[in-house]
Amino acid sequence: MTAAEFTPIVLGASFLAGFLGSLTGLGGGVIVTPVLTLFLGVDLRYAIGASLVSVIATSSGAAAAYVRDGYSNIRIGMFLEIATTLGAIFGAFIGTHIPTTVLSIIFGLILLQAAWQTSRERKRGKKPVPPDPLGETLHLNEAYMTPQGLESYVVHRVKAGFALMFGAGTLSGLLGIGSGSLKVIAMDQAMQIPFKVSTATSNFMIGVTAAASASVYLSRGYVNPAIAMPVMLGVLSGSMMGARFLARLPVTLLRRVFALVVAVMAIEMIFSGAKGGL
Amino acid sequence: MSWAKVTDRSIERMVSVLLRTGVLLAGSVVLAGGIYYLARHGNEATDYRTFHGQPSVDRIVGEIVRGAIHLRARSIIQFGILLLIATPIARVAFSLVGFALEGDRKYVAITSIVLAILLYSLISGAVQG
Repeated sequence: MTAAEFTPIVLGASFLAGFLGSLTGLGGGVIVTPVLTLFLGVDLRYAIGASLVSVIATSSGAAAAYVRDGYSNIRIGMFLEIATTLGAIFGAFIGTHIPTTVLSIIFGLILLQAAWQTSRERKRGKKPVPPDPLGETLHLNEAYMTPQGLESYVVHRVKAGFALMFGAGTLSGLLGIGSGSLKVIAMDQAMQIPFKVSTATSNFMIGVTAAASASVYLSRGYVNPAIAMPVMLGVLSGSMMGARFLARLPVTLLRRVFALVVAVMAIEMIFSGAKGGL
Repeated sequence: MSWAKVTDRSIERMVSVLLRTGVLLAGSVVLAGGIYYLARHGNEATDYRTFHGQPSVDRIVGEIVRGAIHLRARSIIQFGILLLIATPIARVAFSLVGFALEGDRKYVAITSIVLAILLYSLISGAVQG
């Protein structure tokens, strides 16, 4: 395959990755990595480098619109980034002592369960959990635009969310994944933040988590410019396009798409774990 | 002209403009480098099956910038990627300024912590690599 043939294929797949990634808060790695490794036979290390670029591109490409329109909550994002970045360092630190194959199987199974749970509308519990006073102290409560007009929301279980975010960061440090899935799940399920705000805020955060590990990947030589070029251009345009659709799409559809992509990702992880190594 | 009061809305607008600028700048550089690369190497066969690592020129910031100045196609693309990576980091730094202007001490502290962790991991990562 020549470079002139390789580039448009990757460009197209990356556009789709950016589009889906920006709507689900997952980044584009879920699609970019398997397309590169399974269909185009690219070495996994180059694919990981490309995936890093795709996560940052998805995040920044869509976040400009999400922040402007009030979907990304910059305070929630900033506060929780303490947990994700600390977690990422912790993950990289313990990485050499932990068998990542077992871990990726366990994480895959957890994700499958979480995907199923997130696919359904959040159940209003019989005893509604009261809003967390920490949310007030930290100014996390906000309002966002819905088809019915501006709707305010309050956050719940801030500590649980923070702890889950630390876990999400640790996993991204250990397994080299963006872990947008855990971020969305933590905000949606634990903190009970509206789904669109959860995905848009996750989307806003994953760029920072990924940028934190960029120097490692760069200095190891994982980022091949000839591969990263179409990935970045495709993902950027896809995510800017995706950001235009978030307001219009119904939450039930977004939840299903999210669950589907996470389930695919979970199965990928279980397989690669079972095969004996990422 | 008097200083407009800095509010959450103005921080959001500032962050939004910064992100858009960073992304468009990085995207244009990579696009230019990509067209140049394909014009020169488009007909060459690709082989990414085996990992060769990248030449050190492609791994060190200083060398990338130098290569880009000398219009080396791969370095121009790499330079664009560096701009992309810098965008979320600049976003955190800009938010810090925004919260400071707004007088929100809690978030000045929170953002400073994030920025410190970020810089630590960037530097230690480059050292360990």
